[in-house]
Amino acid sequence: MPLNNITFRLAWRNLWRQPRRTLLTLGAMVFANTILVCMISLQFGMYGLMIDNTLSMLTGHLQVLAPGYKDDGKIRQSIDNAAALASVLRNDLNRSESNGLEHKDADGDDERVKISVRGKAFALASSEERSFGILVMGVLPEHEPQVSSIPGLIHRGRYLSSGTAQEVVIGSVLARNLQVDLNDEITFIGSGRDGSFAAAVISVVGIIQSGMTDLDRSIAQMPLHLFQETFTMGNGAHEIVIRAPDLSRVEETVNRVQQRLENDSGLKVYDWDQLEPGLKQSIQADLISAWFMYGVLITLVAFSVLNTVLMSVLERTREFGIVMALGLTPGRLGRLVMLETAIMGVLGLVSGILIGAALVGWGGIYGISFPGMDEMGKQFNLPARIYPELTVFQLTLGPSIVFAATLLASSWPALRLYWLEPVQAMRGA
Amino acid sequence: MSDIQCVDLCRTFYQGDTAVTGLDHVSIDIKKGEFVCLVAPSGGGKTTLLNAIGGLDKPDAGEVWIAGKRIDNLGKSALAEMRLNNIGFVFQAYNLIPVLTARENIEFVMEVQGIPAADRHIRSAAILAEVGLEGLEDRRPAKMSGGQQQRVAVARAIVAEPEIVLADEPTANLDSSSAEQLMDLFVALNKKHNTTFVIATHDQRVMEYARRIVKMLDGRIDQDIPQVGR
Repeated sequence: MPLNNITFRLAWRNLWRQPRRTLLTLGAMVFANTILVCMISLQFGMYGLMIDNTLSMLTGHLQVLAPGYKDDGKIRQSIDNAAALASVLRNDLNRSESNGLEHKDADGDDERVKISVRGKAFALASSEERSFGILVMGVLPEHEPQVSSIPGLIHRGRYLSSGTAQEVVIGSVLARNLQVDLNDEITFIGSGRDGSFAAAVISVVGIIQSGMTDLDRSIAQMPLHLFQETFTMGNGAHEIVIRAPDLSRVEETVNRVQQRLENDSGLKVYDWDQLEPGLKQSIQADLISAWFMYGVLITLVAFSVLNTVLMSVLERTREFGIVMALGLTPGRLGRLVMLETAIMGVLGLVSGILIGAALVGWGGIYGISFPGMDEMGKQFNLPARIYPELTVFQLTLGPSIVFAATLLASSWPALRLYWLEPVQAMRGA
Repeated sequence: MSDIQCVDLCRTFYQGDTAVTGLDHVSIDIKKGEFVCLVAPSGGGKTTLLNAIGGLDKPDAGEVWIAGKRIDNLGKSALAEMRLNNIGFVFQAYNLIPVLTARENIEFVMEVQGIPAADRHIRSAAILAEVGLEGLEDRRPAKMSGGQQQRVAVARAIVAEPEIVLADEPTANLDSSSAEQLMDLFVALNKKHNTTFVIATHDQRVMEYARRIVKMLDGRIDQDIPQVGR
């Protein structure tokens, strides 16, 4: 049946024969759509923060590693001449990115691919009184702030000043455990790349406080040059850490890095998903439990619509008999009933999206906090307030599913019309 | 050639375990342009025959032919198409769609037929004038009298210019004056468009207009009497 005036008007007016019932059903749809828009936006906003905060701490968006290092983490599985390779990658990727002229996009965001290098080794850190096993990192102080938030988390003192300085920054819990403060010396003892005895005595210039106890208990960063000297690394390092302009461009950056590394056979490129599988798994687990809840909500709305449409069809059985007698086929009649539901669904969809968008927009400006947020924040490295994400996908995903569910719910009453006999229907059967 | 041909129709209804005969080997030919009244007491089979002719109900046995095409073996959709294009119905209880205005009720059938909006407006305006309902186009059924509603129903039945109009007790809910006006309208349309009219009734006033009276009793044709109608 073409959706021209009379058919549409008939469907529209049929909806308002029982205005209270229609409004109640519509209210359920609007409520569900609003909840879905808000919850999905909040959820995705939170995932974005979780990913961004976790990756910006140390992991980066992708890393170039020596073969086997990701699984074994042995000190000898290093990248030779890592700083020089990083420098080549930095130049190549950013030159082709923007022809070497401009590094800002239309919003003024930095479009450069950021690259730094790290060496990693386990060592015993000792003060006069105590010793603890820790992870020592050698970093490039001039590049590390571009790929990691650690340099910005200096609680006291300062970050590493240059690649040649003889200094170290350590976590606040480690400082407390070792009972050292700024300008105190720490002795690092470990094994070098060649298996030799590695030792260094270095002054503390900064205390890191990330808020993550495990990290603050075990981290120490020193200039890469000093690290290489101490652990007999030569010019080698273990990680080339890369940060793409944004999360959506990770895959593209991985491909570009892989192309650049074709000649450096053996080096492996891993994206954040491979480097932090637990992060994605925890997001997926959260998504599954959330969608179970959304599924219950959508099912309830679908049953509410089914109830409304079924009642509407049953109380108009006689009228359907008449229009069938006039020549309307059961198929056309079914489509008329579906059109009524579709109109109701569109009203619910648009209203839900508008109200949801307004609430999400408000949350995006002022942020949303709830009890227990601090605890969760510490666990997942999140701030105390969550700012929901407002995108077309998040606005339309939930309401679209509700819309489809309502159409599905109304299909049964519409299908019943195929079995309707005009004579029985006109008798009001 | 017959416009309507029924051959040996049988139809039995069941009320619990009790069988009720609706049609008992009924055969009838009605030619194009005839004005026929089916007359019977309640339960005599006139509405059952009308429903069988209109494809609203299927006989248990026998054949129904409309305009040379057998319809008793058609599926639901094909029957609906046949009704849409060949038959106009007028019911005792008017049976207008309550949420549509008089004009929209009339145009609804044309819309289902796929007639363009401009044509629909012209034809609905003409038919409303023909049935004397000018000025009431935008009224809904609830705001019209029984006679006016029945005229809208007639307009809806004939606007698509069907070959056959089937009317089931069309005057049962009308006063004498409205009933007379309606029958005058039927006769005028019959003469003007050569439309075949089959009217089921037990109203003596209606019978006076018919040119053929078919009397039924217990589901059988008892008498088939030609007469000079009004």
